[in-house]
Amino acid sequence: MRRVWVLLLLILAQPAIAIDTGRAFEDPELQERYEDIIAQVRCLKCQNQSIKDSNVFLAADLRREIRRLLSEGKTDDEVFDFLVERYGEFALYSPRKSGKTLILWFAPLLLLAGGALIGFRVIRRRMAMPLEDEPLAE
Amino acid sequence: MARYLAPLGVIALLLIVFSIGLTRDPSELPSTFIDKAAPEFDLPKLKDLDTRISSADYRGEAALVNIWATWCVGCREEHPFLMELAASDVVPIYGINWRDRRPDALRWLQQYGDPYVASGFDEDGRVAVDWGVYGAPETFLVSAEGVVLHKHLGPLTREIWEQDFAPLLGESS
Repeated sequence: MRRVWVLLLLILAQPAIAIDTGRAFEDPELQERYEDIIAQVRCLKCQNQSIKDSNVFLAADLRREIRRLLSEGKTDDEVFDFLVERYGEFALYSPRKSGKTLILWFAPLLLLAGGALIGFRVIRRRMAMPLEDEPLAE
Repeated sequence: MARYLAPLGVIALLLIVFSIGLTRDPSELPSTFIDKAAPEFDLPKLKDLDTRISSADYRGEAALVNIWATWCVGCREEHPFLMELAASDVVPIYGINWRDRRPDALRWLQQYGDPYVASGFDEDGRVAVDWGVYGAPETFLVSAEGVVLHKHLGPLTREIWEQDFAPLLGESS
């Protein structure tokens, strides 16, 4: 029972083990933007974590650069541009809808449309066929 | 029968695409700077913090920019080859000592030799971010016009040099 409790408390304490807990900005709005951005940037050294969740120094360096850009008054898009220019679209968990990444965004839609088209044609064809279990007219 | 062939064909094609994908290393990203202007840098020299080393120092000639650190195992591995390369005098090598402790880095150069024209001391990793560096060693070949011709991630070897770097260097000079 005690173990269960310890486990439960550890799970509840997750926020306390978070990497970047200190407030970076006085301004709550800026802080919110900052946290939003770093959650969307891939840590290139630990590719399935965001730089918000990673403590390797590259992630820390990127967070520092993002703090710098934000405090210089850059917009979110300018921050993302800064990262993409250096590390490529791969650095963003949600690549922008432009150029090379368009196919990532629209391939699922195309596949869905293709599937719907095939399904539609099959149904149409089946409907045109005579029903087999209907007794034949004399 | 024929109606099953089309889906089977699609599945076979996907299998081929995916199995090729599996052989590729996802940690190896293409540099965004290939065929574009190389980023600049301006850093204190590792060996003498009062003087500076910058990308302007190699303007007008092709150069190799090598990101290294004493904590990086691959750097130790490629070091003998960098020494060879420096001795053969084909291209000047500029070092960027990334996120390192200065005494360690100085000892490294003393112990294993210094293949660099000079190394910049990028203590806080800011220049490395500008170069899109995410793992050491990384080696960039910058043309005389300041364009990145090639980037290699991981230890440089003679084979890689002959195959990927030497031909580009031949063209640019």
